[in-house]
Amino acid sequence: MPWWFWLVVAFVLFAGYVTATSNRLDRLHSRLDATRAALDAQLLRRAAVTLEIAASGLLDPATSVLLASAGHEARAASGEDADREVVESRLTVALRAAFDDPDEAQTLAAEPAGLALLAELEAATTKVLLARRFSNDAVTATLAIRRHRLVRWLRLAGRVAPPIFFEIDDAPPAHLSVGDAWSGADSSGNAEAAEIVPDVD
Amino acid sequence: MKVGLVCPYTWDVPGGVQAHVHDLALALIGLGHDVSVITPADDDAALPSYIVSTGRAVPVPYNGAVARMAFGPLSARRVRRWLRDGDFDVVHVHEPTTPSLSLLATWSFDGPLVATFHTSVQRARTLAAAYPILQTALEKISARIAVSQAARRTLVEHLGGDAVMIPNGVSVATFADVEPFPGWPGDGGALGFLGRFEEARKGLPVLLAAFEKLAVQRRGLRLLIAGPGDPDEVRRALPADVFDRVVLLGQVSDIDKARMLASVDLYVAPNIGGESFGIVLLEAMAVGTPVLASDLEAFRAVLDGGRSGRLFTTGDADDLAVKAAELLDDPDARTALAALGRATARSYDWSTVARDIVRVYETVAVDAPDAVTRRGPYGRR
Repeated sequence: MPWWFWLVVAFVLFAGYVTATSNRLDRLHSRLDATRAALDAQLLRRAAVTLEIAASGLLDPATSVLLASAGHEARAASGEDADREVVESRLTVALRAAFDDPDEAQTLAAEPAGLALLAELEAATTKVLLARRFSNDAVTATLAIRRHRLVRWLRLAGRVAPPIFFEIDDAPPAHLSVGDAWSGADSSGNAEAAEIVPDVD
Repeated sequence: MKVGLVCPYTWDVPGGVQAHVHDLALALIGLGHDVSVITPADDDAALPSYIVSTGRAVPVPYNGAVARMAFGPLSARRVRRWLRDGDFDVVHVHEPTTPSLSLLATWSFDGPLVATFHTSVQRARTLAAAYPILQTALEKISARIAVSQAARRTLVEHLGGDAVMIPNGVSVATFADVEPFPGWPGDGGALGFLGRFEEARKGLPVLLAAFEKLAVQRRGLRLLIAGPGDPDEVRRALPADVFDRVVLLGQVSDIDKARMLASVDLYVAPNIGGESFGIVLLEAMAVGTPVLASDLEAFRAVLDGGRSGRLFTTGDADDLAVKAAELLDDPDARTALAALGRATARSYDWSTVARDIVRVYETVAVDAPDAVTRRGPYGRR
């Protein structure tokens, strides 16, 4: 075989590899978009449920005001706001302050409308936790492939900005579960919740 | 929601993953979801309507054990057709690192993918060799679930990334109010063991050694063993008069499994390692039989650190004999453990576990169809 044959073979293999890598990156970027959109949706839902609980009149006025202001700030900070992590963490803390006390959850659960809201809040806080984990997992995978030499040299990532982790406190309140959720079966509700979805390093 | 479940191991052989997929499918159907399961299976005719078979599975050695799996172009084609016909909102694969249907489905599907990792024994070298191929497929998975901390740690160490933890489920209703076999447990007391006992990691020899010790002092004590394995192995391990007090049931049906668990005073799990979860412990607890298990991390987690079941030093027959004797002599302690065990099992009921899994589906399937690209070399649509 002439030397140029091998050159062509090498080039074709290389081109194939670059294409495959570029496709991987492309797919990761869409997974990133999808998981980030899901996280955004779950955060908005959590804020909305919080506002609804605050407006329901089923809780005492002080708790209602606390939840309303935290929920409002979180909803206002949606989008690409840089403060969003802080604001969402504040909402988490406010929810914990309100519902770590089992009595408060019981007050709400006593009313049929309150029970529905409580169940919705429990679902929303869990889903925030899940969505954030999945989104950060996608960030980890994307950053790993973007660090490849080939990807950097050929600028396969194009002008897409490198993804950033979304870091908030999302441990749900201890006494939200109305059912016998296995996560709540333990008396150490918060520690257990942190264990379901431990932090990304 | 239209959910596609992928089971990598053949449906004909009982196993933890198969049982998990089966129970999950039923729980999801119970919640009103539209479920289809794809799995290797020998006999199409005997399968319920929600299961699609890809045909016979081939026994192959992988990751230190022989498992019956399906791969090759025919399986790949069948998986692709199932994905196309199913038009799923979410596809949930199990054990995607095994070279079988789950990996094929991960490879072919362009949509929200959820994966559950069951094992905690992964040979580092197997994974290192397969890593570049697996990596491309695993990158497509939007949500990863581990059934235990041990499984999660395996995943983090060998594959990177992270997973949420949702435990295995147990159908509490199936195990509540079952009748013991006639004449069991009997006045002399009875111990129980369930599992594929020829596998060394199940630890039956530890239990047999302890049973021999206990049998000398307790003339009426019996041992009930269920699960596939060679009876001669048990015979050889014990003196003839002790072996006479061992009853071997062989492989049992689901109903007999529950009855077997109800027929003993104490369920013993002497496993010496490689256990990721310990579903049988939960099943024994659901029946209301106290559990004595080796001090493995997975068992400690299920038994709440030794609160809802007792623990003994892993592999130590003497310690097992001592702890078993304590419980056999103390009916009150057994009653207390049975009550705690029942409560623990209830918190792992499939209704709860399935609800958590559905939340994962809902999290990844939000607006997903628009956000997922439908191109690339692997996206034959």
